[in-house]
Amino acid sequence: MLRSDAPASLDTEARVAAAWQALAAVEDPEIPAVSVIDLGIIRFIKLQSDGVLEVGLSPTYTGCPATEVIRNMVERALDEAQVGQFAVTPVLSPAWTSDWISPEGRRKLAAYGIVPPPDVVASTRRRLREDQPIACPRCNSLNTECISQFGSTPCKALHRCRQCLEPFEYFKCI
Amino acid sequence: MSAAATNVGRLVFRYVLRVGDLSLVLGQRLGEWVGHAPAIEEDLGLANIALDLIGQARLLLSYAGELEGRDRGEDEIAFLREQGEYLNPTLVEQPNVDFGQTIVRQVLIDAFQLELYDRLTNSADERLAAIAEKAVKETRYHLRYSSDWLVRLGDGTPESRARVQSALERLWPYTVELFAEDDLDREMADCGIAPRLADVRAAWSMRIDDVLAEATLERPRDRPHAWFGKCGEHSEHLGYLLADMQYLQRAYPGARW
Repeated sequence: MLRSDAPASLDTEARVAAAWQALAAVEDPEIPAVSVIDLGIIRFIKLQSDGVLEVGLSPTYTGCPATEVIRNMVERALDEAQVGQFAVTPVLSPAWTSDWISPEGRRKLAAYGIVPPPDVVASTRRRLREDQPIACPRCNSLNTECISQFGSTPCKALHRCRQCLEPFEYFKCI
Repeated sequence: MSAAATNVGRLVFRYVLRVGDLSLVLGQRLGEWVGHAPAIEEDLGLANIALDLIGQARLLLSYAGELEGRDRGEDEIAFLREQGEYLNPTLVEQPNVDFGQTIVRQVLIDAFQLELYDRLTNSADERLAAIAEKAVKETRYHLRYSSDWLVRLGDGTPESRARVQSALERLWPYTVELFAEDDLDREMADCGIAPRLADVRAAWSMRIDDVLAEATLERPRDRPHAWFGKCGEHSEHLGYLLADMQYLQRAYPGARW
C-alpha cells in the first residue's frame, strides 16, 4: 500500500530513522506492554530505488487475529509520522522466532507478568530438551506445571505454580 | 509461458489446494468445539489450533489463487467451491463425535502435517517452502498437545482407553489415503516441489508408534481404503461441513466484515 508523498526536506537516513521511531510506539494489541519492535516482528526498513520506504513485517503465528490489526496500526503510525511513500511487505521466511524478542522486550514482558521465553542460548537447549522447568513469576519456584500449551493468545501457554498455587502465562518458545 | 510450464503451474495449483484444504477443513471441524470442549483449557487449546490451521489455509489458498491466475482470492476459493473441488484427505472431514475421536484424528494428522511441512521447507517452490517454514513450528505445538492428551486418555481409565482404542480402529483406515501416491504427488515429487510420500510415511509411522506405545494403545492393521478425498471424492460428512461453512458467503454474496 502506498501512502503520502515524502516531504522534500527529509533525506533517506532521516526517513528510515523516523520510521523506526514511529514504530517503537506501536504496541502489540494483545500484549500492550511490548512494541512491535520489542517483539522483533519489524524485519527491516529500507529505501527502494523508486523512493518508497519498504517495511518488512512478520506474523508471530499464521492464524494470529492480531496480525491484521498490527498491520493497520503500523500503516497508521507511518502515515502520521510522515515518512513519505511506504509499503508494508509481509515476510514469512525466515520464519519469526521468539528468539528475536529483544532483551528490552523480555524485561517488559516479565514486568507485565508474562514469563518471557528463555534467551537464545537457553532456548536452543530447550529445543533439545523440552521439559526444563519454568520459574513462577511470583515466587520464583521451579516447581511449576504446564496446564495447557495454548493460553489466551496463540503465543502463550498456561502454567501453574505448585508452590504458591497461582496460574501464570508463559510466552512460548517458537 | 510454454505449454509445459503452464501445465506444471496447473499441477502446483492443485497440489497447494490439497495442502491448504487439509488445514481449512480440519480448522473448521475443530472450531465446532468452541464453547463445547470438556474444559476451558481445551476450549482454548482446540480453538488456537483451529486458528493456526485457518491461518495456514489462508496463506496456501491465497497462493493457489495467484497460481490459478483467474483472480480468485482466498475467500472465494475457501467458501465458494463445490464439494468435489475440495482436495483434503477424507480423514480431516470425519466428525468430532467425542473428545477421544477428536484427539485421535488430531494426532494422526498433526504427525502427518509435521513430517510433510518439515520436508516442504526444502521445496523447489520458494513460496510453498516459506509457508511450510512458518507452519512447521506451529505444528510441533499441535502434536505436543494432541499426543499429551492421547497418552492421558490411552493410559487413563478403562473407559477412556476403550474409547480412544475404538476411535483408532475407526479412523485408522483413513490414514492409508494420506500416503497413497497418485499422479499429482508423483509429478510434484519429481519436480522437487513435494516430498516422496513413502519418506513421509516412514517418519510418520515412527512418531505414531512412539505415541501409541506411551499411550498403551494398539496399532491397528492397515487395510485397503476406498476414500480419495484428496482427489475430490469425499465421504458423506464433507457436504454437511461445507453447508455450515459456506452459509454466510452464499446467503450474503460479497459480504464483508
